[in-house]
Amino acid sequence: MNLSLTLKVWRQNGPSDEGRFETYQANEINDHMSFLEMLDVVNEQLLSENKEPIAFDHDCREGICGSCGVVINGTPHGPNAATTTCQLHMRYFKSGDTITVEPWRARAFPIIKDLVVDRGAFDKIIQSGGFITAPTGGAQEANLTLVPKSVADIAMDAAACIGCGACVAACPNGAAQLFTSAKVSHLNVLPQGQPERWARVTSMVDTMETYFGSCTNFGECEAVCPAGISLDFIARMNRDYLKAKFKDRRSQIRQVDVADGA
Amino acid sequence: MELDAKIPAGPLAEKWDNHKFNSKLVAPQNRRKFSIIVIGTGLAGGAAAATLGEMGYNVKSFCFQDSARRAHSIAAQGGINAAKNYKNDGDSVYRLFYDTIKGGDYRSREANVYRLAQISRNIIDQCAAQGVPFAREYGGLLDNRSFGGAQVSRTFYARGQTGQQLELGAYQALMRQVELGSVELHTRHEMLDLVVAGGRAVGVIVRDLVTGEVQSHSAHAVVLASGGYNNAFYLSTGAKGCNVTATWRAHRKGAYFANPCFTQIHPTCIPVSGDYQSKLTLMSESLRNDGRVWTASVTGETREPGDIPEAERDYFLERRYPSFGNLVPRDVASRAAKKVVDDGFGVGTIHNGVYLDFSDAMKRLGRATIEQRYGNLFDMYAKITGDDPYKTPMRIYPAAHYAMGGLWVDYNLMSNLPGLFVAGEANFSDHGANRLGASALMQGLADGYFVLPATIAGELANQLGSAPVSTSDPAFREAEEAVRERVAHLVGIKGEHSADHYHRKLGRILWDYCGMARTTEGLTKAIDEIGELREDFWKNLKIIGDGAGFNQSLERAGRVADFFELGELMCRDALNREESCGGHFREEHQTPDGEALRDDENFAYVAAWEFAGVGKPETLHKEQLEFEYAHPTQRSYK
Repeated sequence: MNLSLTLKVWRQNGPSDEGRFETYQANEINDHMSFLEMLDVVNEQLLSENKEPIAFDHDCREGICGSCGVVINGTPHGPNAATTTCQLHMRYFKSGDTITVEPWRARAFPIIKDLVVDRGAFDKIIQSGGFITAPTGGAQEANLTLVPKSVADIAMDAAACIGCGACVAACPNGAAQLFTSAKVSHLNVLPQGQPERWARVTSMVDTMETYFGSCTNFGECEAVCPAGISLDFIARMNRDYLKAKFKDRRSQIRQVDVADGA
Repeated sequence: MELDAKIPAGPLAEKWDNHKFNSKLVAPQNRRKFSIIVIGTGLAGGAAAATLGEMGYNVKSFCFQDSARRAHSIAAQGGINAAKNYKNDGDSVYRLFYDTIKGGDYRSREANVYRLAQISRNIIDQCAAQGVPFAREYGGLLDNRSFGGAQVSRTFYARGQTGQQLELGAYQALMRQVELGSVELHTRHEMLDLVVAGGRAVGVIVRDLVTGEVQSHSAHAVVLASGGYNNAFYLSTGAKGCNVTATWRAHRKGAYFANPCFTQIHPTCIPVSGDYQSKLTLMSESLRNDGRVWTASVTGETREPGDIPEAERDYFLERRYPSFGNLVPRDVASRAAKKVVDDGFGVGTIHNGVYLDFSDAMKRLGRATIEQRYGNLFDMYAKITGDDPYKTPMRIYPAAHYAMGGLWVDYNLMSNLPGLFVAGEANFSDHGANRLGASALMQGLADGYFVLPATIAGELANQLGSAPVSTSDPAFREAEEAVRERVAHLVGIKGEHSADHYHRKLGRILWDYCGMARTTEGLTKAIDEIGELREDFWKNLKIIGDGAGFNQSLERAGRVADFFELGELMCRDALNREESCGGHFREEHQTPDGEALRDDENFAYVAAWEFAGVGKPETLHKEQLEFEYAHPTQRSYK
């Protein structure tokens, strides 16, 4: 079945440009198309009219790389639960619909062009502690560390985060608690993550605070998360952060030093 | 030119250890005097950059994505092989070696494959230490599953997101080095040329995709870990950004391209649904553990799958290959599916697929178990097709998935250009003519974490005391100018059609004539058609905007331009290889029952091609393959 749609798309030439909505007609949109394939069709149409195609980030188009993501009718990744923009299909829209398409809007994610934003602040959080220090070659036989299945499952639930940034875009405060807590939880529940547990949470949360807003428990992030990351991880991160603050400061500093190889 | 693979002497099992001992080293205090460029941040590139940084080298890492975490390794679903024998089912390093050589249809190097099998065990240790959340048994030990082409259970996995978790492990290790200052990371930068001076690779030219700025970077060595070229087919399981540009540019500067016709068509992907389709989605091979592949036993079947009685179904893999059944290797499964669909037995509204059915497994194991094993894959299938695979069988069909071919490298992973190393899918690798499932992740990480960091020192040690070539050297100036001219040329054509328009057409030609079945006639036709289409591309391409800023149409056009040249070489290589082996099936060369027929006497070689100019036949160099341990036999999975 084919749909006829009206699109209101945010166009912005660069970070300093003011930006505005432009309206386009998208006709003969097959309902088996993904949302991004629909944008491909609109872009071909724009090209034929000598207009600049809409810039949007995308790569794997199977919901795992975390590149894509636009705000569709006010909701990051659109109306379907646990679904990235590339996995959202046009069968969930009706002919005659008007669809508003906007970039992630958050202070920490400056707009590069149109629907493309800079999510580099996420990388900063990871590099401040979102890892287990395990230089190549030094690892022991893998089965010497037992990880109870229940623990491995929690770690995997948290590790499923795709780093798309929808949580930040959905948050009225532009906070990154869901993203940060997913990585903190993944590593902090595992036995391998214990040596750096307190230094990790302190460093990651402090870095997060320098770029992002504060969490006030709206829960919008969980509602839009395409990877199903639970709010429970935020509670887990807050508990570890608080515990870390009450730990012996000197031992904590030593841990940071060891982690940095000093 | 004589191709010397530099395979170490001595017994197979001792080659790697002996080689490491005999190689030159760079002492820890000297490593900071060396700089290394790594292109790509997938499993091979991410792991290499992180490890080289840890060792003390100065690393510059580049990726075209907005974050190093998004390289397409992240999309690998099923798992990673390792010869741990945790299942006590007779696995060993030698068996993994043997399965890989046989699976590759005897077109890979014994010494490389044996080393890969040895290292597979260290990879699991390394990744577990990094906190990769592998699936566990209730007692806390690591769990395994089975994969195609093997009769042991040796595949480690993290739900259906193994690639994601291994990629994040490498990314996190890499970001730690970024924080420590040993790796300088450049995201949204695309390599557009390799710089060669005095016969050596001395640096790269990249374009900042945000500002459009063209930059030179020099180093003592360049590592390309830029992935495979299956997007030449346009529709593939690759990410939209996957491209051949980094390796093709190196090829144009003198690096040999090996076995370009060895491409893998993966049997279990969601079939095409329309002309607008932008990519194909893989359904993990692991599904064949519990799913049964079947089709109707009459042509033109229109009934719903549930209405087709058992007696009227053809479980064609189980019928043709009783001992491996649904778990035959990918090339075999793909061709079998193509045959039934070509013969008119396909299912679905346009009869372009076969069923992958879980109803028996659901009865045997219960929905909960199936959900636990494959839940995310089932969800993905439902999202894309609108069908519920818990209730109705999945429809699947083969799609372009992986490139076994790539730049030629010796045992040290160095190309024929000194100073240029190639890792992961970008090299012609260890998979011969067909890759077994769960072996790509293994090879990417083996190259990145273990092989390259050990072998690159041998090359660097010779350069101790010499600075990298300056970026003001004429070699850099000329290469930079050539890149600027090419960008200006592309945006200056101002024709009629988008890059995607051409890419789709090119993909169709390659899929029809250089896909799952190839003939002399088809390949010759394809070479002509590609040539014509390429000329049209350079006359009629249309890009809006210029090279001065963020311009995705321009990025795409540059990549498609390179795919044209590669596509032609794929066809020429396929034409040259007058035999069938692995993923390369020449219809002229098959057994009476339709299996691939190799010609070991004449074609047991690596075909390494030297660039000779656009549209001109390339020069062939052969590396003869020797089989001392795994003696070539007719591959049988019956």
